[in-house]
Parts: sequence; structure tokens; C-alpha cells
Amino acid sequence: MAILNVDGVRQTYQTLAGETVALENITFSMEKGDFFSVVGPSGCGKSTLLSIIAGTLSPTAGQVTIAGQTVEGPSPHIGYMLQQDNLLEWRTIRQNVLLGLELRHQLTPEMKDRADHLLETYGLSGFANSHPSQLSGGMRQRAALIRTLAVNPDILLLDEAFSALDYQTRLEVTEDVYRIIRQEQVTALMVTHDIPESICMGDAVIILSQRPAVIRETLPIHFDLPVRSPLRCRSCPEFAGYFSHIWKELGMHETHSE
Amino acid sequence: MKRTANKPALSSERAAYLRQNKRQVRRIRLCRWGFLLLLILAWEGAARLGLMDSFIFSQPSRILETYVTMAGGDLLYHVQVTVTETLAGFLLGAAAGVLLAIVLWWSPFISKVSEPYLVVLNSLPKIALGPVIIILAGAGTRAIVFMALAISLVVTVLEMLSGFRDTDAGAMRMARTFGATKGQIFRKIVLPYNIPTLFDSLKVNIGLSLVGVIAGEFLVSRAGLGYLIVYGGQVFRMDLVMASVIILAVVAALLYESVVLVQRLVGKRFGSH
Repeated sequence: MAILNVDGVRQTYQTLAGETVALENITFSMEKGDFFSVVGPSGCGKSTLLSIIAGTLSPTAGQVTIAGQTVEGPSPHIGYMLQQDNLLEWRTIRQNVLLGLELRHQLTPEMKDRADHLLETYGLSGFANSHPSQLSGGMRQRAALIRTLAVNPDILLLDEAFSALDYQTRLEVTEDVYRIIRQEQVTALMVTHDIPESICMGDAVIILSQRPAVIRETLPIHFDLPVRSPLRCRSCPEFAGYFSHIWKELGMHETHSE
Repeated sequence: MKRTANKPALSSERAAYLRQNKRQVRRIRLCRWGFLLLLILAWEGAARLGLMDSFIFSQPSRILETYVTMAGGDLLYHVQVTVTETLAGFLLGAAAGVLLAIVLWWSPFISKVSEPYLVVLNSLPKIALGPVIIILAGAGTRAIVFMALAISLVVTVLEMLSGFRDTDAGAMRMARTFGATKGQIFRKIVLPYNIPTLFDSLKVNIGLSLVGVIAGEFLVSRAGLGYLIVYGGQVFRMDLVMASVIILAVVAALLYESVVLVQRLVGKRFGSH
């Protein structure tokens, strides 16, 4: 059974100037453990789609179901990863990682152990009592991911999670995050404007059109690799083919001539 | 690439630089104390030589004499009255100010409605309300504390509110992704984020409260440094006025420094964003 079902979602915005349609008839589903990327021209409503799935925004029409339950209001099944790590400087890394559990009133000994275990597995236990400013950009993003995973979400949403990082750190962090997500077998949906990133992390890439955004294509991605990793994907022969395909679908050339 | 900075032995340039730096620090300290000493000596000298009318300007030796005669408890009593009133006004003003700022942060509607009133109240010299306060609170300690509170309240509200509003939007968004309620966002994000703002505001307020207390004591009191100053002025005892003003300066500095000390105790973690 699909863990996530997005069914005929439509979203409109009302302002005094008029009505804007952001999303139109968005339908797709994900199985447990899938990693999907979403690409689309900027301002097409990618982040809006994530907000709807997370339940922080209710769609004008259509519905979202997670593990068989219709999403109405902020969903506890969702973990979110944002562009900034947003670690709180007055808390230690361990206290930061426990913040999500604290806010959800789930600070049980078992959940604490789980969080500590995650810190340990992903090489941050030595920094548990450090403060965020003492960590490198890559480690900070890893700590932010562990904070999200600590609440044990069914679906992880990544909203341009790497775009604030410099290029080199970005490659390292994607590598890191990809490995962790696969190892923890989390279902992940990532919004990005970076085409290479969408290809080398996703099992499939959902290509959205310009506003009002519809799904142009859901492109399955397959690399002939024994162990897949974002960096290895970049040097695969299939990569260039996927890239030019998505580039054409996005119609970037049309956007430029406008 | 060679690096010598890590070696235990200092290079001669480095040693010279450190020596130079130390000398500069010492020179500044020497000049500060020297200036004070010079001032006192010149004042005393001018008064003795008759260049300055010591009846109007007093003189250091007479001020010292005043301290000696008052040291038997009298002076300490007045200092204690002023400090107690200041602390009471300061703490009440800070608490009420922070609480009001929370209310205004919580409800944008109330905040918008009260905005013009806050602007007017902020620019109004609160001392002008003195007579009203005296009638409301009675001519005594309560009026003085009230004055200190009134003078620091509005500033606290405005400063804390602007701090609350400037809280890192990303951090609040992150908390919301975990389903945080408004109360949780305030307790876990907004409040700790604004500890530095609180201390900035407290540092200003401790001085303002003292202004309020002195103004209050000018108007109604029978004790305190403000009372001593007014009394001294009325009976033309400038030694007493000067002695009280100097004590007041010391008290003001000590109060400020104690706020700084508390901030340090609360922790460096809250020191900056």
C-alpha cells in the first residue's frame, strides 16, 4: 500500500488583486522507502505542495492521505528539512536534536535513546555537548537532519534543504543526507531547483510546469550502480540523458525568451 | 609554508607588540586616575586660594568632612532608601514591561490598537505626571516607586516588543514544522532568543529608574539621596548636595555593574545571536 497519496490537489490564492491558481490536479503516490524529487520553474508552487502534504496548508480541492489517513491539519507523520539548519545557539547539539520531541511532547526515555543512537551512528556523539557555532556547515545540516529523524517521521520533506550551502559543502552534505535517509529507510520527497541534485538523489523526478503548475511528467530514474550515491550518479553515462530530458521538459528556453 | 606562530618562544616582534600593548593599557589607566586626582586637587586649591567661592561650589575637604560626620548611619540609611526604591521600581517596571510586550506580541490586534498610545506615552516626559502619581499613590514611598516604574515601563515594552518581532523567522518556521503551538514558540524560541534584548533593556532601565526615584524624592520624600540633595539646596549646604551627588554617581555605577554581572552569570550563551 502506498504510504503517501496525493489525489487531485488544487490550490488557489485569494488576494485583493484577484485569484491565482498555484497548483492544478496534482496526483501521485509514493511507496515506503521511495525518494522522489520535485523540480519546476521558480515560483511554480513547489513549496506550496510540501505545505499541503505537511498539513500546514489545506488544499482548495483534492486530498492527501498518509498511511491511509487523510491529512487535516499539521501531520505528525511528517518531518521537515528546511534551507537553513535553524539550530538554536543557546542549546547544545543534543538539546537541539531533542527539540522536536520536546515540542511534540514525546520526550520519553526510549525516544531519547533513539536520538542518542542517531547521534552516535552519524558521528555526532562527540559533539553532543557542543554548541552549533562550534560545528562545520556540513555537520550542522546533519544535526538538523537528526533533529527531524528523531521524531520518527513516516515521510521526510526536504524544501531546498541544501541551497544555502556553498557548492563543495553542498556536495558533501547531499552525499551524507542521502546515505542517512537510505540507511534509515525513510520515505523522502525533495523539492529543489537544482536539476543535477534532483537526478542524483531521486528514484523518480516529478517535473512541474509553470504556474498554474501541473505534473508534466514523473520520470523514473535508474542508474546501473551496485551502490548508489549522489556523487557516483553524477559521473554515470545516463546522467547527461536525464539532464537534457528534464531541461527540455521544464522549457527553460521558453522562460528566457519571455 | 612556514609558520612560527605556534612555537612556544615568542618572536622578538611579537614580544615588542605585546609590550607596547601593555604599556598603552597602563598609560590609559594612569591618566584616568591622574585626571581625577588633578581635578580634586585643583578644586581644593582653588577653594583655598579663594579663586572659587566654596560656599557655592563646596570643596573636597569639606565634602569629606560631611561624609565623616554622616558616616554614623545617617548616610547609609539614605543610600539604602534610594537603592531600595530604585530596585523596586526597576524590577516592577521590567516585569510589567515584559508582560505587556508578551501580550502585544501575542495579539497583533491589541498591538495595532495601542500603537499610537504607546508612541505618545513614550515621548511624554513621565515626570510631568508627578502630581497625578502623588495623588493616586499617596505622598510617600509608593509614589516614588511608581514614578520609577512609569519612567522605565514604556521603553521596556517597546524594546522587548521589537525584539520579539525580530526573532529569527527561520527558527520559528522550524518549530512550526514540529507542530509547535504559539505558546511553545514563545517559550522555546522567542524568549530565549531575546535574553540579550532583555539585558540591553535592563541596562538602560536601571539608570532610568534611578532618575524616576530622584525625581520622586525631590517631590515628596523625607529620606533618600534625592531628599538630601533638595534639603541641602534649600538650607544652602552645598557640601551636603555635592556629597550626595557623588554618592549618587557611585550608586548609579554600582547598580549598572550589577546588571552586567547578572548578565554574565546568566551565561555567555545568551550573549549574542
